[in-house]
Amino acid sequence: MTQRMTNRFAKLAEENRPAFVTYFMGGDPDFKTSVEIMKGLPKAGADVIELGMPFSDPMADGPSIQAAGLRALKQGQNLPRTFDMVRAFREDDDETPIVLMGYYNPIYQYGSEKFLDDAKEAGVDGMIIVDLPPEMDEELCIPALSRDLNFIRLATPTTDEKRLPKVLSNTSGFLYYVSINGITGAAAPKPDEVAKSVAHIKAKTDIPICVGFGVRSAEQAAAIGRAADGVVVGSAIVSTVANSLKDNKPTKNTVSSTLELVASIAEGVRTARH
Amino acid sequence: MNVQSPNSFRNGPDEEGQFGIFGGRFVAETLMPNILELDEAYAKAKKDPEFLSELEYLNKHYTGRPSPIYFAERLTEHLGGAKVYFKRDELNHTGSHKINNCLGQILLAKRMGKTRIIAETGAGQHGVASATVAARFGYPCMVYMGAKDVHRQSPNVFRMKLLGAEIESVTAGAGTLKDAMNEALRDWVTNVEDTYYLIGTAAGPHPYPELVRDFQSVIGKECREQIQEAEGRLPDMLVASVGGGSNAIGLFHPFLDDESVQIVGVEAGGKGLEGDEHCASLTAGRPGVLHGNRTYLLQDAEGQIEEGASISAGLDYPGIGPEHSWLKDTGRVDYVPIMDTEALEAFQLLCRLEGIIPALEPSHALAEVVKRAPTMDKDQIIVMNLCGRGDKDVHTVAEALGIKV
Ligand SMILES: Cc1ncc(COP(=O)(O)O)c(C=O)c1O
Repeated sequence: MTQRMTNRFAKLAEENRPAFVTYFMGGDPDFKTSVEIMKGLPKAGADVIELGMPFSDPMADGPSIQAAGLRALKQGQNLPRTFDMVRAFREDDDETPIVLMGYYNPIYQYGSEKFLDDAKEAGVDGMIIVDLPPEMDEELCIPALSRDLNFIRLATPTTDEKRLPKVLSNTSGFLYYVSINGITGAAAPKPDEVAKSVAHIKAKTDIPICVGFGVRSAEQAAAIGRAADGVVVGSAIVSTVANSLKDNKPTKNTVSSTLELVASIAEGVRTARH
Repeated sequence: MNVQSPNSFRNGPDEEGQFGIFGGRFVAETLMPNILELDEAYAKAKKDPEFLSELEYLNKHYTGRPSPIYFAERLTEHLGGAKVYFKRDELNHTGSHKINNCLGQILLAKRMGKTRIIAETGAGQHGVASATVAARFGYPCMVYMGAKDVHRQSPNVFRMKLLGAEIESVTAGAGTLKDAMNEALRDWVTNVEDTYYLIGTAAGPHPYPELVRDFQSVIGKECREQIQEAEGRLPDMLVASVGGGSNAIGLFHPFLDDESVQIVGVEAGGKGLEGDEHCASLTAGRPGVLHGNRTYLLQDAEGQIEEGASISAGLDYPGIGPEHSWLKDTGRVDYVPIMDTEALEAFQLLCRLEGIIPALEPSHALAEVVKRAPTMDKDQIIVMNLCGRGDKDVHTVAEALGIKV
């Protein structure tokens, strides 16, 4: 694990509270506004930041994140700008872990090695690449680990007994448990079932388990946070950005309403174990 | 990119599902167990005499195989060069080669205990073939189709409905095949436990490119025997259109190790390769990763996928099956673009000279034959895959010719 990631989860364990992991789309609705959102996240209660990298064909994403990605691409978001966002964030925060999340093709075109070097240099801690399962570890996972970058893997309800060891191999930072079979922004997970699955995985690994997909409110986050080491919220944040826009342009409410939502869900996460 | 020529061109894919660097399994983790299960099921099925004989029976009695080869005498005379034969998969039940693949896959779905079928379609031929086998085997079927294609291939939309399928018109992106495939994948991720994804071309994550190729190879196997019978030898050239590449790989694969057979794949050149209104992923694209496989793709400098454009909905896809990418890089197969206008001319030529209305997809292959045959000797032989009939395209052709029907 990177030092930032290790320190963060150690601190959370000490405080006996789950991590609040926030996903948002880099470059949405434009570069400047999304940097402001990013810089405001830690104060609003985010413990780990997932920075979305837009892709034209996001096959595991629902309508909100698809639309956010297209808005970002229209504004010229790309990997160099993604790294610029990370650098800007690191000017005032060297503790909050940053995880890049997206799809492989833009990275492959940029050059996997160059992507990892530039990410490391900018201050990135890890990555979640949706379309790189363990079978494809040579592409990016192994070279990432050799640079002490976290490669965070997804486990899902379809990850059975037989599959789990494969998913746990080479995963680092935390494991992202996708609570439902489906795309982002879909149905809400059932806390009882999530708790059972998390317990099952915990028996096989020591790394933290964060749960996401379909978590939209403080209550849901609290319920999930009881069993998991972290709660991931994405589509709800991305939708709040979208709802604040006028003709796809930011308004004076864009940053504030987004951070208010984050703060309200953070409240739920913090009370999870009380 | 040039790679060393292997001992055989017919051994792929490798254990990882790759043809050289192409192919692989670039999918979300949710789908991995399912894809591995499919791999296992197919490995067993292809060695199971019962599976093979059931498929053979259906091919013969349901589809009407073997499809004939036909010597196009008047076209040959008109072109004044090589003898032109057609492999007539347009005579199949449902009107194209797509049924060959669908029958194979529905039998797999049955063996795997799946209860729901989903499919993507461009021209609607794969959608119709999927709806057909779903009806025949009693499965509910959901077909994803780009909104633009729903409009330009409307006769096929109604056929699918008659067959009991549900159609989801996809408005994302340009509303063509790529977007339909994204939406089908999203459905699959959501309903992975009970749903079988019946992919329509030799692309997608391993093992789809392999199994679709195998089910389509019935075309090439029959063709080998038929041309030997008709001419006492192998052809000098094979020509087929490539969208995702299933009819082409089906014809080509049994001939890949016959050095004397020149092989040509024809891509959609749309309005020309200078602009961005074409679908020539092999001629004008670069290797990238989309829809579960690494392959040649139309994309911008930053790896965002571009929309293709072609008069033919079935060729309107910015990718290509991974085996074709490998056959291109090894140099075994030549891939060339044909423009919309050339395909339209070839379409009309065939109607008038041979009394056959071809689909717009094989009309692209035909346009290449029209260029090549005259440059060849009269004792040389070309076999072209006439993989679909043109009923579905008459509106599109009328519109392109400025005629009101
Ligand atoms: C008649 C016909 N030919 C060709 C194609 C292109 O697909 P493929 O390249 O997989 O054969 C289609 C696709 O819809 C089709 O309907």
